[in-house]
Amino acid sequence: MTTEIIIAGFGGQGVLSMGKILAYSGLMEDKEITWMPAYGPEQRGGTANVTVIISDDKISSPILNSYDVAIVLNQQSLDKFEPKVKPGGILIYDAYGINTPPTRTDIRLHRIEAMEATFEMGNNKAFNMVVLGAMLKVCPVVTIESVLKGLKKTLPERHHDLIPMNEAALRRGMQLID
Amino acid sequence: MSEEVKLLKGNEAIALAAIRYGCDGYFGYPITPQSEVLETLMEQQPWDTTGMVVLQAESEVAAINMVYAGAACGKVVFTSSSSPGVSLMQEGISYIAAAELPALIVNVQRGGPGLGTIQPSQADYFQATKGGGHGDYHLIVLAPSSVQEMVDFVGLAWDLAFKYRTPAMILADGVIGQMMEKVTLPPQRRRRTMEELIKQCPWAVTGKKGRDKNICTSLELESDKMEIINNRLQSTYRDIARHEKRYEAYNVEGADYLIVAFGSIARICRKSIDIARERGLRIGLIRPITLWPFPSEAVAQAARGTKGVLTVEINAGQMIEDVRQAINDRAMPIEHYGRLGGMVPDPEEVLDALNRLLINPTK
Repeated sequence: MTTEIIIAGFGGQGVLSMGKILAYSGLMEDKEITWMPAYGPEQRGGTANVTVIISDDKISSPILNSYDVAIVLNQQSLDKFEPKVKPGGILIYDAYGINTPPTRTDIRLHRIEAMEATFEMGNNKAFNMVVLGAMLKVCPVVTIESVLKGLKKTLPERHHDLIPMNEAALRRGMQLID
Repeated sequence: MSEEVKLLKGNEAIALAAIRYGCDGYFGYPITPQSEVLETLMEQQPWDTTGMVVLQAESEVAAINMVYAGAACGKVVFTSSSSPGVSLMQEGISYIAAAELPALIVNVQRGGPGLGTIQPSQADYFQATKGGGHGDYHLIVLAPSSVQEMVDFVGLAWDLAFKYRTPAMILADGVIGQMMEKVTLPPQRRRRTMEELIKQCPWAVTGKKGRDKNICTSLELESDKMEIINNRLQSTYRDIARHEKRYEAYNVEGADYLIVAFGSIARICRKSIDIARERGLRIGLIRPITLWPFPSEAVAQAARGTKGVLTVEINAGQMIEDVRQAINDRAMPIEHYGRLGGMVPDPEEVLDALNRLLINPTK
């Protein structure tokens, strides 16, 4: 079983760190992982994206032209990656800032209001964790327990007090999916 | 500390592997996409644990000359940079090769020529494998295609460099440097003691106590003596070529076509091959691991019986020259597919190229 995921949005939305958290969660489940960022100048305010592959087997190419799951957080990323979702694949997009919604009928579309949710929670820093929660509801490639375990392992101990907030954001994200 | 599994970027892996190997010193200067090597070393502060020196030099030219000096003292030393920085180091690398000293140079390539781009490239293949600096010399060139190999090749490069008293290079690219994968780090080795160093490197400049003086230099003004040094170097290169060729073969038995690719691009081609297999097309892959010495026999043997060979490189066609020479058969179609300027092909694109250039050529 191999899941090929692209996460794309603006620099600063936590796209790369969301990918990293997903990758660490896979590590907790002893899966094979690649995390390949677009590392160009686009990180500074422009679009940012990261390809995360989670697999039971050795992973070949870290660079892909089609994906099982696309998580898009702005219009440019939607325009770029909607055509690259494999037929039968999943596209999750945040409604905030999307003017032209996706139109494909051969993939599963999930519109979420993660930005709205973070406003309600009064914590816009948790945006990427809300999105990750939504993704894990649709595509449970790793368990929430593994995400929390991964966070515990990667966050310096002085930030461990943030883990409950992250868990709340994940669970809020899961509720965004009908 | 025992073996442990971590999720690391290729650049971070190089730094941690060097500390674990018992490295004595790193000298470097930041440049994208390899700056995490220096950053990780500074973060780890190995001077407090193993006693390893980590120094940000004032330039790449200074860094490679610090490596030269450290190597002359028999120390386990290295530097890392990316393409424009490695160009600056070429003079020093030639001196290190001429002085017959072991050292490691890591090049995490980006697109050139000139300052170019910060995106991945393999356009320094010629520079790495055909000399780079002036004079008749070679580097042992290792091309990692995973973050695990970034770890493994640090140790391998130093083992070979000390065995043959010649500098070795890890030729990676921005994909491998920036990508995170699961890796197993080797256990921590302690740095050699001075006694161990003197025993392993009787040629090193260690302080003349009760022995004749050792001189590490690249200068010899008398031609007849310089020719002896040249001949000794060439004899070392022949030894290396005889014993150290390394490659990985994938799916080559009974293949209709052969792809030759190295580093990150070999990974992409592997996926192309898996996609092609589902479509009933059998393609083999030879991934040279040592770019110098080039695994010519393996390439020639894998090409035999196929209908054509495609090299895939993110350059304008460099390794293809070694592939042509290895196969040495004018009747065999040998084509190149590459992207330039920091662009990286995807697996479908490689299959399209194979189809266009070899299976259904337009002319």
